[in-house]
Amino acid sequence: MDKKQIYHSVKLEKDKCVGCTTCLKRCPMECIRVRNGKASILYELCIDCGVCVRICPHNAKVAQTDPINEIFRYKHRIALPAPTLYGQFRNVTSVDHVLSALLSLGFSDVFEVARAADIVSATMRELLKTTTARPLISSACPAVVALIQVRFPELLPNVANVLSPKEVAGKMAKEEYSREHNVPIEEIGAFFITPCPAKMASIHSGRSGYVDGAIAIQDIYGLLSSQLRQPVSEKIRKKRHASWQGVNWATYGGECASLHRSNTLSVDGIHNVIYALEEIENGKLDDLEFFEGSACEGGCVGGPLVFENAFVAQNTVRKLVERMREEDGDLPPALPAPRDDILTDPCAPRDTLKLSDNIAEAISMMERIDELTKTFKGLDCGSCGSPTCRTLAEDIVLGYAKEVDCVFKLKEKVEQLARQMVDLTNL
Amino acid sequence: MERIEKETTYQETRKVEKGDFAAAGQISASYKNMLKRLGVDSKVVRRLAIASYEAEINLAIHTFGGSMTITVYPDHIVLVVKDTGPGIADIGLAMQEGYSTASEQVRMLGFGAGMGLPNMKRCSDTFEITSELGIGTTIEMGFLLTP
Repeated sequence: MDKKQIYHSVKLEKDKCVGCTTCLKRCPMECIRVRNGKASILYELCIDCGVCVRICPHNAKVAQTDPINEIFRYKHRIALPAPTLYGQFRNVTSVDHVLSALLSLGFSDVFEVARAADIVSATMRELLKTTTARPLISSACPAVVALIQVRFPELLPNVANVLSPKEVAGKMAKEEYSREHNVPIEEIGAFFITPCPAKMASIHSGRSGYVDGAIAIQDIYGLLSSQLRQPVSEKIRKKRHASWQGVNWATYGGECASLHRSNTLSVDGIHNVIYALEEIENGKLDDLEFFEGSACEGGCVGGPLVFENAFVAQNTVRKLVERMREEDGDLPPALPAPRDDILTDPCAPRDTLKLSDNIAEAISMMERIDELTKTFKGLDCGSCGSPTCRTLAEDIVLGYAKEVDCVFKLKEKVEQLARQMVDLTNL
Repeated sequence: MERIEKETTYQETRKVEKGDFAAAGQISASYKNMLKRLGVDSKVVRRLAIASYEAEINLAIHTFGGSMTITVYPDHIVLVVKDTGPGIADIGLAMQEGYSTASEQVRMLGFGAGMGLPNMKRCSDTFEITSELGIGTTIEMGFLLTP
């Protein structure tokens, strides 16, 4: 994949950035630098996890998503609500109320992403029987997939070649709508109601092209909550609904639970996911059947673009799932069949870590980086604008920074100069 | 960490203390990051990561402590694992899968399955082991880099 083709959702609003080191220190990919008093992102390493969006105290890190007006570019507009959306409303009595509210925003129809999740689960159960890759790694969280592309390319063959639920939802929604209303697919726009920038980025980097845009949950929260008291529309009542298992995908562990296998592992929080992938890479988890990683703590309900607190949302989803489970029974009445038209090509590595294309040159650069790193104090204070002393050394060797960017080095230099001045005046 | 200067080779040596399970895995993790930065093929990185992880654990479990030295050349990598004893009585037996002299306590930690040395051999392109009782063991593993 060409680096330049990758779209990124995470952006910096320069005016708001004060050049502090908050995002710098927390970025799991070490891909933020503060230069000339402002943060900047090394996009070739960025996986759009949104950690910086969540933690920036000045709201300078933002996630670009599509404004709601975008939907009117299409004659027919379908909303694809992530199950996370249901967890945003504490007093909501049914999924149907949320779906009805979406129609009132101008959508012609809705298609639950949770319903697509049911189909992905079925397909994944089938894949687990046929593939030998262990553990099979979930392809649902685009930030985790991007992380593997950049840092764990050797694990790419383990990533399930199944479209993510939002893509499957887009595909099915368009096919169904086109058939029922007899309209060409090109006139239909499918918009994902997203909890995170990674999903926006994956939509616009276009792996499948079934989804046309992403609208942040927090952008439409207000509009939706004012519509929730409206009665449920007849159209929604007649729709096919997702099972409780599909809705359960909103919280971490939901996907694993839908596979009906005992030896699965779900890990949330990007730093924890990195740790788990290291273990898998070391061959320490080869007996594991399935691995589900969510970049956000708590799963998708913890996304940076949601409105409700992740723990509260988790509880709301849990209660909703319990209620649906009582109605549906433990196993959803009609488990959907697996589909082979939602399989996709394996993703390509994003080969961006290497220092140089020439290994001999890379080796001598590594020598210089080691050399330089030893001359720094090792405090990893971030004052230079690089996240650690070692990354500063790398930046210097790559030509992006100077030694005196280090405040301690600068102090040494000034002291040296001062001594020379004194020596001169004493002449 | 020590290093020797040589043209277009990168070398680092790190010590592993006896019984230091808490630090186990750190060296292989740092090797992985370093090799990815050097642009080494990811398949080789993974093989070396597994071999070095096993070596690191072995040093902590079975020896009085030792060191690991990695040298990266443009076309191959050499990993030398050296310890200060006790030495292996029967190398042939130690190389058998499932054979282990690890204590019950070590097994409780999830180690000592008798796969360490066979795994190292499986993951490397060349593998040499020499050992002398009371002196120590040296393992030299080679990994070829395809351009």
